[in-house]
Amino acid sequence: MASDTGASYGSTLRYKSVERIKAVGKHSLIGASGEFSDFQEILRYLDELTLSDHMWDDGNSLGPKEIHSYLTRVMYNRRNKFDPLWNSLVLGGVKKGPKGEEKYLGMVNMIGTHFEENHIATGFGNHLAIPILRAEWHEDMTFEEAVKLVEKCLLVLLYRDRSSINKFQIAKITTEGATIYPPYSLKTYWGFAHFENPAQGAVGSW
Amino acid sequence: MSRRGDWVYENNGGTCVAIAGADYCVIAADTRLSVGYSILTRDHSKICELADKCVLASSGFQGDIKALHKNLAARELLYQHQHNKRMSCPAMAQLLSNTLYYKRFFPYYAFNVLGGLDSEGKGCVFTYDAVGSYERTGYSAQGTGSTLIMPVLDNQLKSPSPLLLPARDAVTPLSETEAIDLVKDVFASATERDIYTGDKLEIVVVNKAGTRREYIDLRKD
Repeated sequence: MASDTGASYGSTLRYKSVERIKAVGKHSLIGASGEFSDFQEILRYLDELTLSDHMWDDGNSLGPKEIHSYLTRVMYNRRNKFDPLWNSLVLGGVKKGPKGEEKYLGMVNMIGTHFEENHIATGFGNHLAIPILRAEWHEDMTFEEAVKLVEKCLLVLLYRDRSSINKFQIAKITTEGATIYPPYSLKTYWGFAHFENPAQGAVGSW
Repeated sequence: MSRRGDWVYENNGGTCVAIAGADYCVIAADTRLSVGYSILTRDHSKICELADKCVLASSGFQGDIKALHKNLAARELLYQHQHNKRMSCPAMAQLLSNTLYYKRFFPYYAFNVLGGLDSEGKGCVFTYDAVGSYERTGYSAQGTGSTLIMPVLDNQLKSPSPLLLPARDAVTPLSETEAIDLVKDVFASATERDIYTGDKLEIVVVNKAGTRREYIDLRKD
């Protein structure tokens, strides 16, 4: 899972080092777009949930499917009270099940629309990244291949989404656990001829 | 931002159809989930098997649809515990109507088609609006492609006029295979012109042998 580390306030780039992906329990990652304070509230709900789960001390632990289901109910019920958590959440994870390692990836939005897919994106990612992922994702990609594919999407978003910044974080979840890698930047290219002298050939009186 | 209420609903698109036969019922829906001009996923079921002879297909706002299906499935389980039998299709039809009207002033944005076998084993289809007004018919279509499909079904299934006396059954004399072929045809047509319908068609057939499922590819554009 990958995101940029920016959080805007309208047209102001207010926060530049924000972690929008967090680990949940032992088997899942949650990523969020939208209202950052609502994401912090959701993390507190998830803390309570994972704490209760741990305190049962019954050998069971909540997997990504269960967390996704819980979040869907939370988002839908807040929408029903006209007091939404204004977020789009991405829930991914891997858990050992009866049929072996079961991986899961799903999304839930602020009104409770939810689904499971092999590739998920929020906001502008739906328009710019999903077409790339639909063309190039395939079963059994290695981690390195997946990172390259995701970086391709992040770069397009960096060029074309005004609210994105050039500082990203990748997170990985496996049966061994969650790893959130330190932030890094992608190389961009701005040396196009058209950018050198943008007014050349422009029509206008001023 | 949340002062205006237009964020509470969204239409995730899609079409549902059901056709009742003498001893079977075909319920079908596409599997595309959309929002605005985007496709969220091409593989999302709108169909819920509520009881062994009762299948619900719904189109509209997916959050409400899933909640509605969950609600009805829970009520059916309670019924099973209390009556030691599964809910009949006509009973579920009434329950669905009541459940929808219960939220008359904050509706489930769900356009439903309920299909199955009645207590005599004959095919039945019930069609609804978002607030629970319903009617038993021989066939119906709901959702974004319904206006494209319903006239074709009217033409092909030759529904008798509701003004006739004595009342004539609208249940089609077509065989199961003919009805399924008709369903595939109407969905192929609706997919051509309705942007929200396409990707894959899920067909559920209920007859005295049980319930079976079929998937057909539709245009992905």
